[in-house]
Amino acid sequence: MECTGAQILLESMKREGVDVLFGYPGGAVIDIYDELPRHPELRHVLVRHEQGAVHAADGYARASGKTGVCLVTSGPGATNTVTGIATAYSDSIPLVIFTGQVPTQLIGNDAFQEVDIVGITRPCTKHNFLVKDITKLALTIRQAFYLARSGRPGPVLVDLPKDVMQKRTEFVWPEDIYMRSYNPTYKPNLNQLRRSVEELAKAERPVILAGGGVIMSNAAEALTSLARKLQIPVTCTLMGLGGFPATDPLWLGMVGMHGTYAANLAINNCDVLMCVGARFDDRVTGRLAAFAPKARIVHIDIDPTSIRKNVEVQVPVVGDCRLALEGISEICDAKLENKDWAGEHAAWIAAVAEWKSSKPLCYQDNGNIKPQAVIEALYDITGGDAIIATEVGQHQMWVAQFYSFTKPRTLLTSGGLGTMGYGFPASVGAQFAFPDKKVIAVAGDGSLQMNIQELATVVSNKLPIKVIILNNRYLGMVRQWQELFYNNNYSSTNMEAQPDFVKLAEAYGAEGYRIEKAEDMRAVLEKALASPNPAFIDVVVEREENVYPIVPVGAALDEMLLV
Amino acid sequence: MQRHVLSVLVENEPGVLSRVAGLFSGRGFNIHSLNVAPSLEEGVSHMTITTDGDSLILEQIMKQLHKIVSVIKVVDFADIPAVAREMMFVKVQAEGPMRGEILRTVEIFRCKVVDVSPNEMTIEATGDQNKLDAIISLLHRFGIKELARTGAVAMRRSKKTD
Repeated sequence: MECTGAQILLESMKREGVDVLFGYPGGAVIDIYDELPRHPELRHVLVRHEQGAVHAADGYARASGKTGVCLVTSGPGATNTVTGIATAYSDSIPLVIFTGQVPTQLIGNDAFQEVDIVGITRPCTKHNFLVKDITKLALTIRQAFYLARSGRPGPVLVDLPKDVMQKRTEFVWPEDIYMRSYNPTYKPNLNQLRRSVEELAKAERPVILAGGGVIMSNAAEALTSLARKLQIPVTCTLMGLGGFPATDPLWLGMVGMHGTYAANLAINNCDVLMCVGARFDDRVTGRLAAFAPKARIVHIDIDPTSIRKNVEVQVPVVGDCRLALEGISEICDAKLENKDWAGEHAAWIAAVAEWKSSKPLCYQDNGNIKPQAVIEALYDITGGDAIIATEVGQHQMWVAQFYSFTKPRTLLTSGGLGTMGYGFPASVGAQFAFPDKKVIAVAGDGSLQMNIQELATVVSNKLPIKVIILNNRYLGMVRQWQELFYNNNYSSTNMEAQPDFVKLAEAYGAEGYRIEKAEDMRAVLEKALASPNPAFIDVVVEREENVYPIVPVGAALDEMLLV
Repeated sequence: MQRHVLSVLVENEPGVLSRVAGLFSGRGFNIHSLNVAPSLEEGVSHMTITTDGDSLILEQIMKQLHKIVSVIKVVDFADIPAVAREMMFVKVQAEGPMRGEILRTVEIFRCKVVDVSPNEMTIEATGDQNKLDAIISLLHRFGIKELARTGAVAMRRSKKTD
């Protein structure tokens, strides 16, 4: 059957299982948009800014585990996606981004709305393509989806010149896919698994550190059962939250810069650290030289570059986290069937429990609305059964600390890149993935304003998303650093001039709530969350509240400031 | 810090050079020289990259190179016997009595004179890095006007049979 490039593109997406794509039309992709109405099975969501499209696709991918897709035009449409692409790249999120491009004969001529997006996104994509030949279109799309979701997932960009979309060719769908230069290792080496078990068996004070890889590889169940079987306390990175139930007695809390006292001390004192799907980011390790100084380290990761990049590792395990954890579990069952893990780790678990109870996460109640209390109330009201998206900053850390995530894929947050403006559009994607689930974005007043235009997308698609704004009229996290490390020099962090978020929500056709008194907080929050409509909930919180604990940059994990 | 010669096989597709070069610049690795040309197999190019770094940096360079989707194979010639050569052109000032001396130097190093004018000579030299450095230092006193070096190309040695 002879098809245009646009038809091939849409047919290929369908075969890749795409049901929703987020996008914004323009001259270079108008042929694709012309074809879209003839593919009702592909739901196109019109966003209000291309950055919103990528974040929405990203939120869809994180929440569902499927590959997120977006479609934008050339030039400014393409460059507007870069922040979203870099965000997804940092957190290894599978995305395919289709960008329009000027006709092939104009490429390189500084044509209208031309930009070398393949060049621009080379360092922040897993791979990218420029399709110059229509006969390679279907294969390229197949490869793009394959690359995005396999191995260590990531964003893949496909640049589509306008004339390639208009030309015609026979549509041949490549069923099999093979790229000789790309062979990710899923199955871990059995010897390395045996060595991991040896380390764990010798350990007196073991800790598991779980990262986003646990979520990405659907390893949460395997992790939880292994930790319980071997009686090993677990901490997670920000990206790993939900990978282990925060209600379990073995839970230490989050690790790192804003990690708990118990988690950071456990890392500092453990003799074996098993790191699963995390890459020892500087926000996790603090001063590298003082990180886990007494520990032998087992590191499981599908990406060999993550291993020994930052810390020395005694047992490297390259492979899929789930397969590795299951493999370790099987070896334990076969060889250490009668080992009394609980008995041997009793003293260590008691020490950890003591740290947990002596210095729990806390805040001083003084009659004002404490942001931490808002997050606790949110957890309470939802019973933990919601998808929470966050922006970046203090509110993000309070969510990580005070909301007990028990299931994977329930926290959507920009970990690696720390992208303000991520959470609200990400919640849009999550709501499309799960129309019946409660999706809540927690935002700061600063972050929300970075992609606030997506409220139009929310309203026009009748999404019941709620945005809780922890409004302190500051860029709170930067202000906190200015207070703690820069002599209270609040340079350009005061955000007092801001819109009336209630009226603004109403102007877009959503509901607006404002909470100004602590005693009203719970009731208004309940009422707002129960509404079937989209809403902004503007919570006026204690202005100069800080996130504690905090490990100052360059300090060791046990040098944290507690309050 | 040790100098390493890496042999990298890549899919010959547009942008592959900048993927590789961009990896080095983006991650702060050092490139001493980088050489690309088609290999025997159609659609595959062979790169020889000379870089330096300690063993941890080298390990990262190798892994990161391998992670690039267009890279087929990466080999470090520090661990296996290999031959590496570099080619260069040196244009030196060559007037009157100097000419004889330059020619004798060229002879000793088994270089070739490839271009001559009344006051200049262009010399072609091939060898490992040390040899080329030595030639340059000897020719300096005559006055080097221009220098073009290729950077190393390298190949694994054949296995010896005994």
